[in-house]
Amino acid sequence: MRRRYPPLTKRITNVVMLSLTGVCAFMTVSVLFFILGYLVYYGGKSLSLSFFTQLPAPVGQTGGGMANAIVGTVKLLALATVIGIPIGGLGGVYLAEFGTGWFSFLVRYTTDLLNGVPSIVMGIFVYGLVVLPMHHFSTLAGGIALGIMMIPIAVRSTEEFLRAVPRSLRESGMALGASKSETIRNVVIPAAINGIVTGIMLDLARVAGETAPLLFTSFGNEFWSKGWLQPTASLPVVIFNYAISPYEDWHRQAWAAGFVLLAGILMVNIFARFALSRREHMVRR
Amino acid sequence: MPSAKPFNLKQLASARSVRFGATEDQTDPTPEPKFTVSDLNFFYGRFQALHNISLVIPTKKITAFIGPSGCGKSTFLRTLNRMCETVPKTEVIGKILLGQADIYEFPATYLRSRVGMVFQKPLPFPKSIFDNVAYGIRVNHRDKASNLAEQVEQSLRRAFLWEEVKDRLHQSALGLSGGQQQRLCIARALAVNPEVLLLDEPCSALDPISTAEIEDLLFNLKTQCTIVIVTHNMLQAARIGDYVGFFLSGRLIEFDTAKKIYQNPSKGQTEDYITGRYG
Repeated sequence: MRRRYPPLTKRITNVVMLSLTGVCAFMTVSVLFFILGYLVYYGGKSLSLSFFTQLPAPVGQTGGGMANAIVGTVKLLALATVIGIPIGGLGGVYLAEFGTGWFSFLVRYTTDLLNGVPSIVMGIFVYGLVVLPMHHFSTLAGGIALGIMMIPIAVRSTEEFLRAVPRSLRESGMALGASKSETIRNVVIPAAINGIVTGIMLDLARVAGETAPLLFTSFGNEFWSKGWLQPTASLPVVIFNYAISPYEDWHRQAWAAGFVLLAGILMVNIFARFALSRREHMVRR
Repeated sequence: MPSAKPFNLKQLASARSVRFGATEDQTDPTPEPKFTVSDLNFFYGRFQALHNISLVIPTKKITAFIGPSGCGKSTFLRTLNRMCETVPKTEVIGKILLGQADIYEFPATYLRSRVGMVFQKPLPFPKSIFDNVAYGIRVNHRDKASNLAEQVEQSLRRAFLWEEVKDRLHQSALGLSGGQQQRLCIARALAVNPEVLLLDEPCSALDPISTAEIEDLLFNLKTQCTIVIVTHNMLQAARIGDYVGFFLSGRLIEFDTAKKIYQNPSKGQTEDYITGRYG
């Protein structure tokens, strides 16, 4: 009789392991779709054009929108970018290109620690730093809080992508008589730029959903914010406030806001991934 | 002890005449020195990679360095344009003259604009073909940027690449074949008009046809500049080298004209290596 290969025990192990990993993989994906479906189901009714164009309606009235919170979130993220990206990006360049010895060890270590600081602590910190001296909440304070939160990941992702540029490419630049800084500017950063931008966009997507640091800084606003130095509404804070309210309408609005926020973040993510895949296509030929 | 020699010395010596149809090498007895190296020692941390290297690299000749992996030949090449400085915790002790001047007298960037380098892996910048060649010109001679297009064409012609790329100058250099990319790297180095071109195993990642093209190119270039090439391939050194140096464990065992090295090496180790007994 012919021996069958592989033996039965091996085939059973194979099937069991394959189904186990498959189920786990499916669960990972399904969580996201579950959340998305949930948001659409509960918030879908409130989603309309007016959600994007109108101010919140008073309690008891249906309709109304969150135009002020959407604009507020965009403003906060713009400020965060202006503050977080130059510091984080250039810090990453320093670590990747010049960082040796105890100082860069210190920078790298504190960056990782900063990344682990709870976001609510970041909010209190900016509250003490900006809000107290100014005596009122402001968009500026919220932007600063989010900007600081962006720094650690901006530093580390920039550093990683710069380090991925082959050493020989730097040497090729320097062998042509370019100085180290010229090589970094003209050769190394252009070679890594897509990755760096991708990392920063993912970073931005991450802070877009932060609520805790905004509670003490940009606070919230029922109406249009009157300027950068005035409090502003933002999607995460509106979601928080509406969700803990006792009104059914507000709950639905919160679900819808959650959906808009998630969809925005997803879009940024997909765009970033697309840019990354294009970069790999370019470098790997 | 292997009984048969894989290579015959006479055959090796005639490799060049077969390849280029040259009857005899024109090595003059008193060559004008381009590099004068005396008592060069090089350290990676505590590890000494080069021991007391002294030699003269003649002007407008091809000088080839051979030796097994890790023998220090690439390290030696990298001391000539001070590229070794970019690696932390290294130290150079000794003297290297370019012409009459110590290479540590001027800034490294200036030295490197006079002593170009081509690396093992063909690695164009992720830019267009044109911008790759123009890069060195833009960095070194900003004032001459007016006839940039002309200079780029000139450099590509010198690297025998112009005809193949003239219709796609503004496409990405990463779309070229390996051999073309390496010639682009040579064109990029030539664009700066260096007196010396250092090549660190430029053909080791290439197929035989591309290798032959690069060798032809180098053979033609030596009327214009001094060429120093490091190679694993001793047949390549035999084909194109006017002078050959043999490195072993960080020491320069023998340095002489290619003819002498391949026909009548004075050291047993050299003969053992080039006839394939080890390495």
